[in-house]
Amino acid sequence: MARMGILISAACALMAAMGGPAQAARPVVADLSNHLVAITTGFSGTHVLVFGATDDRKGDIVMVVRGPMETHVVREKTRMAGIWMNRDEVQFPQSPAFYAVAATAPLDTVIPVDVRKRHQIGLNALVLPAIVGGGPPLSDVEAKRFRDALIRLKQKSGLYPEAVGTVTTLENRLFRAELDLPATVPVGSYTVEVFFIQDGAVIGAEITPLFVSKTGFSAEVFDFATHHAAKYAVAAILFAVIAGWGIALVFRR
Amino acid sequence: MIQVYLPIAEMSVDAFAIVALGGLVGFTSGLFGVGGGFLMTPLLIFLGIPPSVAVGSGTNQIIASSISGVIAHWRRGNVDVRMGTVLLSGGVVGSGLGVLVFNLLKAWGQIDLTIRLSYVVFLASVGGLMLVESVISLVKARGVSASAAAKPRGAENFAWATRLPLLMRFPKSGLYISALLPLAMGVLVGILVAIMGVGGGFIMVPAMIYLLGMPTQVVIGTSLFQIIFVTMSTTFMQATLNHNVDAVLTILLMVGGVLGAQWGARVGAKLGGRHLRILLALMVLVVCFGLVDELVTTPSEAFSMTMLR
Repeated sequence: MARMGILISAACALMAAMGGPAQAARPVVADLSNHLVAITTGFSGTHVLVFGATDDRKGDIVMVVRGPMETHVVREKTRMAGIWMNRDEVQFPQSPAFYAVAATAPLDTVIPVDVRKRHQIGLNALVLPAIVGGGPPLSDVEAKRFRDALIRLKQKSGLYPEAVGTVTTLENRLFRAELDLPATVPVGSYTVEVFFIQDGAVIGAEITPLFVSKTGFSAEVFDFATHHAAKYAVAAILFAVIAGWGIALVFRR
Repeated sequence: MIQVYLPIAEMSVDAFAIVALGGLVGFTSGLFGVGGGFLMTPLLIFLGIPPSVAVGSGTNQIIASSISGVIAHWRRGNVDVRMGTVLLSGGVVGSGLGVLVFNLLKAWGQIDLTIRLSYVVFLASVGGLMLVESVISLVKARGVSASAAAKPRGAENFAWATRLPLLMRFPKSGLYISALLPLAMGVLVGILVAIMGVGGGFIMVPAMIYLLGMPTQVVIGTSLFQIIFVTMSTTFMQATLNHNVDAVLTILLMVGGVLGAQWGARVGAKLGGRHLRILLALMVLVVCFGLVDELVTTPSEAFSMTMLR
């Protein structure tokens, strides 16, 4: 698998090199080993190889993977009458369901803070707008607490990988990075952004789409249950009736 | 380890763990002759299944187990269809209310807490009562066995139930009482069916004996009979309103449940009833304690997150 990835990226670089003059305008090209991640019944996470090539300038590669934008609700438990129950809640309407970063070197040595902020590179630079349903607006301290909680919970479930991944380079022209998608990876459309950075400035960038979708049996069950809920309900009930009857017949004593 | 993706719970689980859990609950129900739904939901929660999905899928599974259970009682003529119909009419209404409440609590972010709290209350009372009752009967059996037999419940004990309107004759149970009483019982148990994902037999059976005064031999069959229909309508409403019935999870639970129940019934036939009941009571209390522990100890993470679609 890994070896094939190298072959593919080498071939890609070769093509980029051959296309030399025509491609001169593109300082960086990138692609994925697989644009469609299929969640099947046996899905337990997968890897996607991100590979590409740069022109012959010296620089660093930073990769940012962003999952579908979803509304996340973060709730805080407080102790009331001896029992821990949800009380305060904050919504994050436009936050990526998945977010991962990889780079050829530690981020702070590669890009200055303002550039990171502009391109939302790294968890500290990630914009997560928060809203409270009713009541007074959030204080900065509260907003930060909930934002930190969202990031922490996402990290715990492997959806905002804590460590910055590594991008490895070859001959200063080719690069590759392994993107790990956990079993709980949310479905939807992703973007893989690759930044080519020299002396703290972005000198080239490329965006590639990645789709994660349920396929096969589990997708059919989910679609059926969501879009044809009444039929799904009847099917589930009928199945249970037949199964129960069958069990009684088989084990008739 | 075979990882299986649950399409509605949206998570991968170890298929073997779920089948084993279904088997354990099935074994318990075969051994003790109880439905087992009240153990299924908390154990699924312990395995990390979202409480809402545990409730919805558990209800679906109970349809199958109560059908296979009722058939033997039906053949022996131990089902009071008339009483069952009154109970299930109330049950369908109650479970409808329950599913709506479930939907509201889900939107408020309090459904997990409600499910857990309901379980704590019911497991504690059922487990506690069962333990006390079986210990007392064990002690009595050791002493003079000529204890005064339980007083036969004459109709006069339930005279108040005949003073309400809507009097109805239930020939199979030999009762002439107001239909309002079983109807109300049905509504209350129906709410529990929706919120806890149980059949409700563990409440319905004692209520039928002590509140309605039904003869013991028709109680279990009639309870199972009405559970079938109440769980059917609950499953329908959960699947259409709350989208929390996971067919894959249900099938895994059924597979384990069937095998476990057969095994449990065989083991149960060899063991004595009183010791079994103490064992069941202790098991119920242990599960209850586990839930209490989760509710009162300071959580290592006070925040939780859900993604809206």
